[in-house]
Amino acid sequence: MALIEARDLVKTYAQGEAAIRALDAASLDVRAGELMLLVGPSGSGKTTLLSIAGCILRPTSGSLRVLGDEVTGRRERDLPAIRRERIGFVFQAFNLFPTLTTLQNVALALDLKGIAGRAARDRAAALLERVGLGAKLSAFPADLSGGQKQRVAIARALAGDPPIILADEPTAALDSQSGRAVMTLLQQLAHERDRGVVIVTHDNRMLGYADRIVRMEDGRIVGDEPRPRGGWEEAVA
Amino acid sequence: MRARISELAWRNLVHDKVRLFVTVTGVVFAVVLIVVELGLFLGFTTTTSSLIDRSEADIWMTAARVPYIEAGVAFSERKLSTVLATPGVARAAKYIARFSQWQRHDGRQESVQVVGFEPGRGLGGPWNVVEGNVDDLRQPDNVFIDEVYKDALGVTRVGEIFEMHGHRARIAGFTRGIRAFTTSPYVFTSFKSAQDFASVPEDQTVYILVKVAAGERVDAVRQRLAARVKDVDVLTRAAFSSKTRFYWMFTTGAGVAVLLAALLGLVVGFVVVAQTIYATTMDHLREYGTLKAMGATNGYLYRVIIEQAVISAIVGYTLAMFVSAFIVNSSAKGGAAILLPWQMAAGVLGLTILMCAGAAIVSINKVMRLDPATVFKG
Repeated sequence: MALIEARDLVKTYAQGEAAIRALDAASLDVRAGELMLLVGPSGSGKTTLLSIAGCILRPTSGSLRVLGDEVTGRRERDLPAIRRERIGFVFQAFNLFPTLTTLQNVALALDLKGIAGRAARDRAAALLERVGLGAKLSAFPADLSGGQKQRVAIARALAGDPPIILADEPTAALDSQSGRAVMTLLQQLAHERDRGVVIVTHDNRMLGYADRIVRMEDGRIVGDEPRPRGGWEEAVA
Repeated sequence: MRARISELAWRNLVHDKVRLFVTVTGVVFAVVLIVVELGLFLGFTTTTSSLIDRSEADIWMTAARVPYIEAGVAFSERKLSTVLATPGVARAAKYIARFSQWQRHDGRQESVQVVGFEPGRGLGGPWNVVEGNVDDLRQPDNVFIDEVYKDALGVTRVGEIFEMHGHRARIAGFTRGIRAFTTSPYVFTSFKSAQDFASVPEDQTVYILVKVAAGERVDAVRQRLAARVKDVDVLTRAAFSSKTRFYWMFTTGAGVAVLLAALLGLVVGFVVVAQTIYATTMDHLREYGTLKAMGATNGYLYRVIIEQAVISAIVGYTLAMFVSAFIVNSSAKGGAAILLPWQMAAGVLGLTILMCAGAAIVSINKVMRLDPATVFKG
């Protein structure tokens, strides 16, 4: 069973009297253990598809199943629980809470799941340790580099132990070295932790990390190609 | 979950210390204004009826349609015997509350309110006596005044002789904290002396105070008295007290002005807190969007914002109470009584929290309508 099964997703936006079709009959499966890249030019519908797959945006029509459950007909108030329990998000601008330490940022995600106190602190510390930031538990986001911030964001996305990770341009604000580190981390999550990882990117240097590359144009999926497992060096070569 | 919400709310607040300072200052200003105005209102209302409330009498008998205590009209004191003969009456006494003129040693005249009671009957005498003995008022011409009015009346010590309405008045003692609502201080004296000081004819009284016998229902005795004694109003102490308070507070407009000022404090506080909490929310809008994307319910976000408002309320309230206590203590030595009983302090705390929580609703609406998809817009 695919973690996410999207079928014929359509998303239209009204713009004056005209309707803009941001997504046009997009169908997609996201599988466990697979790192998928969603690529395409700006305005091709990548982020719209990611938002719908993450239950943040509702499609105009089509079907979306998350871990086998149809979610398009669900009430608005049911969607936060689906996001909380099944999906972790990584954002281009990190979206960390500047007033909280790295430990508190990660613990906050656990708090949403009802895990608090020492259990939350221990688990948050373990997650930060896993992303290589065990020595930065008390640091505030402003004291971290871009790569470190994104690793905190990944630790936070993992806090709820979700089977699906959705990332929007996670390396766009990073230098090459940090970008590599973040992609390696996301790749490990897919390959070693059996997560389904979907990454929207413009960065061609990331292609080598993909198990699958889905290409989009004008709201449609125009290519869906599996890739041999590789790495940054291969992509650069 | 609560600890983390509180932590986020607290850190959001203290992150921008200047804004926190503005918020807390707004709350302090509003609370002090509310406390002072409500305290003044309470002080005024308590003062207007203090003679009635502290009289120990259960029933007040007045001439017909007397609207407040200072407007008493004299009537025959022979009604007292009918009162004393009424079943259920333990004791009764004549009483006068009338304006008169006090002659200072420097020749200046001051308006005063003569309070004449019958010493030994235990009804209508002065309280909080700090110098002298109430029994000394059995002596003709002896008077008690409150120490707060010593300067106004030109009094320095017990034993001094003054003149009231052409009659000799000797200072026999002082009370503390018995303020008059009007600018005319109370001068306590015996009923007989008061008749001279206030020009009440010898066979007349202005009020009859009644103490109901133990085990008797006050209202039953009141009805009995009303049926037996003609041409007078028979009121329970609470009823006459309310009537007097209502007159001074609402018929004269004094109370409405004070209440409006208190309302103004509430509005000012609401606007200041609403503005600063809204600005804080706007600063953290992206974070709220992130929380929504991560699966936070609206209720979770609601609690974060409300806690920010409540923290602002409690910090502001605490500081405001120190300022208010200073003002209240200072007022004790001044001309206006500002009261701050614990019930009012507790009520103002509730009002402050409601004000801040209400002010946060604008921000909450903004966050509730926030589209979590905004988090993907780098």
